[in-house]
Amino acid sequence: MPVILWTDAMIYLLLATGFAAALWIRKRPHLVLPWKRVADSSTGMVSLLFFSLFLLVGLLDSMHFRPALPEKIDGQQVYSAEVLSLFDVLASDMKSRSEKTYSAPLAAYLYAKESMETRDGTIIRDYPRLHHGGAHLADPASELQEDVLKRAATGAAAGGLAGVFLIGLAVGLFHVFARIRPRMPGSPSGHETRAADWKAAWTGCMQRKSVRALMLTVLLLSLALGMICNLAAAYHVLGTDKVGQDVLYLALKSIRTGLVIGTVTTLVMLPFALLLGIAAGYFRGWVDDLIQYLYTVLSSIPGVLLIAAAVLMMQVYIEMHPEWFETSAARADLRLLFLCLILGVTSWTGLCRLIRGETLKLRELEFIQAAQAFGVSSFRILTRHILPNVMHIILIAVVMDFSSLVLAEAVLSYVGVGVDPTTMSFGTLINSARLEMGREPMVWWTLAAAFGFMLVLVLAANLFADVVRDAFDPRLNQD
Amino acid sequence: MKSGTVSNPLHSSSGDFTQDLGGQPILHVEDLVTQLRNGARIVDAVSFCIQRGETFALLGESGCGKSMTALSLMRLLPDGIRMAKGGARLEGNDVLALPEHAMRKVRGGRMAMIFQEPGLSLNPVMTVGEQIAEVLKLHSDLRGAEISRHSIELLEQVGISDAPRRAGEYPFQLSGGMKQRVMIAMALAGQPKLLIADEPTTALDVTIQAQVLELLRDIQHETGMAVLLITHDLGVVAQMAHQVGVMYAGQIIEQASRRQLFAQPLHPYTQKLFAALPNAERVGQPLAAIPGNVPPLSAAPLSACRFAPRCEKSWGLCREQAPEWTVLENGQGVRCHLYTSKAEGVQAGPADVLLSAVHGVAQAKEGKQETTALLQVDRLQVHFPIRQGILQRAVGYVKAVDGVSMTIPAGRTLALVGESGCGKTTVGKALLQLIPPTAGSVRFAGQELVGADARRLQEMRAGMQMIFQDPYASLNPKMRIAEILQEGMDALSIARNAGERQSRIDELLVQVGLDQASKWRYPHEFSGGQRQRIAIARVLAVNPALLICDEPTSALDVSVQAQILNLLKSLQDTLGLSYLFITHNLAVVEYLAHEVYVMYLGRIVERGPAKEVLHFPRHPYTRALLSAVPKIDGEGMKSVRLPGEMPSPSRPPEGCHFHARCEHAMPECSEAYPAEAIVGPEHSVHCHLFRK
Repeated sequence: MPVILWTDAMIYLLLATGFAAALWIRKRPHLVLPWKRVADSSTGMVSLLFFSLFLLVGLLDSMHFRPALPEKIDGQQVYSAEVLSLFDVLASDMKSRSEKTYSAPLAAYLYAKESMETRDGTIIRDYPRLHHGGAHLADPASELQEDVLKRAATGAAAGGLAGVFLIGLAVGLFHVFARIRPRMPGSPSGHETRAADWKAAWTGCMQRKSVRALMLTVLLLSLALGMICNLAAAYHVLGTDKVGQDVLYLALKSIRTGLVIGTVTTLVMLPFALLLGIAAGYFRGWVDDLIQYLYTVLSSIPGVLLIAAAVLMMQVYIEMHPEWFETSAARADLRLLFLCLILGVTSWTGLCRLIRGETLKLRELEFIQAAQAFGVSSFRILTRHILPNVMHIILIAVVMDFSSLVLAEAVLSYVGVGVDPTTMSFGTLINSARLEMGREPMVWWTLAAAFGFMLVLVLAANLFADVVRDAFDPRLNQD
Repeated sequence: MKSGTVSNPLHSSSGDFTQDLGGQPILHVEDLVTQLRNGARIVDAVSFCIQRGETFALLGESGCGKSMTALSLMRLLPDGIRMAKGGARLEGNDVLALPEHAMRKVRGGRMAMIFQEPGLSLNPVMTVGEQIAEVLKLHSDLRGAEISRHSIELLEQVGISDAPRRAGEYPFQLSGGMKQRVMIAMALAGQPKLLIADEPTTALDVTIQAQVLELLRDIQHETGMAVLLITHDLGVVAQMAHQVGVMYAGQIIEQASRRQLFAQPLHPYTQKLFAALPNAERVGQPLAAIPGNVPPLSAAPLSACRFAPRCEKSWGLCREQAPEWTVLENGQGVRCHLYTSKAEGVQAGPADVLLSAVHGVAQAKEGKQETTALLQVDRLQVHFPIRQGILQRAVGYVKAVDGVSMTIPAGRTLALVGESGCGKTTVGKALLQLIPPTAGSVRFAGQELVGADARRLQEMRAGMQMIFQDPYASLNPKMRIAEILQEGMDALSIARNAGERQSRIDELLVQVGLDQASKWRYPHEFSGGQRQRIAIARVLAVNPALLICDEPTSALDVSVQAQILNLLKSLQDTLGLSYLFITHNLAVVEYLAHEVYVMYLGRIVERGPAKEVLHFPRHPYTRALLSAVPKIDGEGMKSVRLPGEMPSPSRPPEGCHFHARCEHAMPECSEAYPAEAIVGPEHSVHCHLFRK
């Protein structure tokens, strides 16, 4: 039975808006131009590739359903109380193969010694074997290294093949696309010209640095992914946590939480920042005073305090109404959504100030005065003249904010006012690492996993934002 | 500094140093080439020589490479532009071959530069004295107290009164003219042999420009330094230069002494530049506009004359072969095929290229004088409150417009003239009710506009429209031309349906001389002149009767300015439009206006028919304003120099606003504002001199 959680709906909505925007932009050459510049940048395309991998995991993790249970009651299909996502199904191996407690990455033994009873009844104290990690090995001490290398190599080979296949597929699609295109009305047809066109287009495409960089990255990435997948089938690539869950699985599940916090919060924040910022800048007078006082007051309250107060209040409220939620996933999800709302309501001030400043500058420009002289209505001036001219700021600010919001979630979870404890997020991973780093021998892999994933996600988003900002900056693109 | 009447100093000083040609030139530039990375030559084979005490003017329109020539000499080229070859010898040393550390001593030392925008060239967080001291520390042996003493001396040398106090002030406390004086003082601190002045007066008002130019001449006379003057203004060249090089698309196309150039310009481009200048003799005739635009430097062809596409004298050879540099017998150099192949048949002079048939039409129109007032303004006031404190109470008022009355008849042009900050733009916006007037009445076609409700105003908006100064800021960069033109029609529901609107747009584009296909393009694809045409089409779309033109040509090149002025003139002839022409450019006024109002500090000080006001000015301010305009003939003119700058409109002087700068000031001038004195039919003036 498919389940659409609140945040899922938000994500679908965002995706739909993104597609609509892309279609809208396609028809407007002056808006397509900067995106072409993004496509020409190697950094931009490589960071976009990384980011879309994260996005893919996040999306797979956003398609939720409740599996049907085998038994039926009164002929009625019964559904499990557990809400699973498509990603859970794909990674069900990783999800189900939990150990007893901590184990290091690619280990065959637990991380701590335990007392075990041998068959002959004596009790020895040693590292016990893992139930799943390296379970196929007879003598891990001698075979482990060789097996890991072998698996890595075969995985890499398979991944490489897949990568080559992917690139081949892309080339094939390009070919098909190039063949379809001339059939559009107005273009010359004929096989020879088409073939020649295709060849020219293809060589032109290959000469672009960004395309070559992209292909190289796809190849390297598929090598690495193939390696990890093959290893993950038999080992815990990033070890296990305190209760024996696979850390790689936890980190992958955290991606969705990070993305939701980054994007849904923006969705909440944007109307505030946009409407209030433009209104304050354009109308001046008491409207401006009011809005300015509002955001000055809001931004002078310590952010964490405000968020903590709101989250705690909301938490109590949810606890008092357990009957609202069919499943625990729904409850955790609502908490996540409220966290986004609260973050959004408290973080619009910066962007609002930015937009107000830009609008102040724009309203003095002569094309606004020309419109006023024609008696164009204020609403039309705001939407037709000012909004398109502040769009670049919004775009840049949104991407920049994304990374800071992902980090903000980590901080909030660390403080204890973040997401539901059952929701996996980078924040909860880091929070658990607090105790692990303090024990001897140190358990470092949970923190390292969270650190690595967050670094790549935020770096990809930031680099992409940089490229986008440069592409939209008219001063850098005079030619 | 006190005002005084001085004779044109060119005649007293120009002779001395030009005689002194025997010695080595201060600067000798030879075959200088500066390129973009892609190989496009933005300065191409430029050669010239500057002698001691001489001013060499590089004249050209925007984008012709004259600033790049200067930056190449200073070795301060921006990234992506590099010097390809050539030599520049400053007193015999090749500055282009110097290592960077030695070059640093030359910059600001033997070779100094002043820039166009004095406001941007001074560091806002350092006092003026500190900034001069910085140069002194680098380029002189002075130390300690001597430095500050010398910087005060320098400030006195550039005519800044109360120099010890000014040395401790920050740039924002100084006016534009004073900042440029400080820049000159800084340049002088290194005792340069060569001063490069890059459009030193373009950002200044005419009266301030006259002060600065005079200062430069005086200093040159004292120190004998050479000046490389970069300008687009023929008037400035006429006043300052001994030698002139005319640049076009990266090349010097003509080089001559000032007298030779003004007596007989050789290159067709130079001839056109002279002809494109509006002035009184050409009233009623279209200006000689050069068709097209200055080509972008990156697109300059190598194997053709760069001016050929815009030249009406061009023939086949011009498009096949780049003309060689030719020096005529009288020493005048020119780069044109007209002079390489045949020397005869070129005595065509500038005058005969311009006239055409519209002459007669304009004369005929002159006859019919419509007297019905289209716009009647009575004692219009616009006061901006100065607010202070937490409660934002008004503690005073900036009287930007203080009791302006005017009448514009249908089909006539009224010019509102004044320096920047006198409130003339505010008048224009207050007429359109873009800024609500504080008091007074504005009646357009009999309808009172001040205090009218939104619906009544909306009806009036179609009748009165505005053309703005900056064509780059007046078109929304995110809208296509068709959308821009359509906006006014939509807002005022001009056309009935979409088809009608589209055909009207096509019609308008043709009317302002643009291609119909351009309606699907975006503003950034057009040049400044074309954008101004689009702005004109936009207002014409709503069929106005009165156009308020706020300095519509001040952001444009001379050759393009002529195109726009011709367009405005022909639109007036065909559509019977009235214009309120707001400008500081008196030459444009002579060409277009029927009546002239001179504005000073929010009030009209003189008004009357254009010919009378411009040729027989009465008010001392009008006289000073007119004499401050550099005349291109530059001969035998008495000039009135205005001291000081316009006071702030928040605290206008007691009595006559002008008395502090007026050479005829009398005791009563500081007591009461003079009433209107009639000095002729339709000519009146606010001055105590004409009270009887």
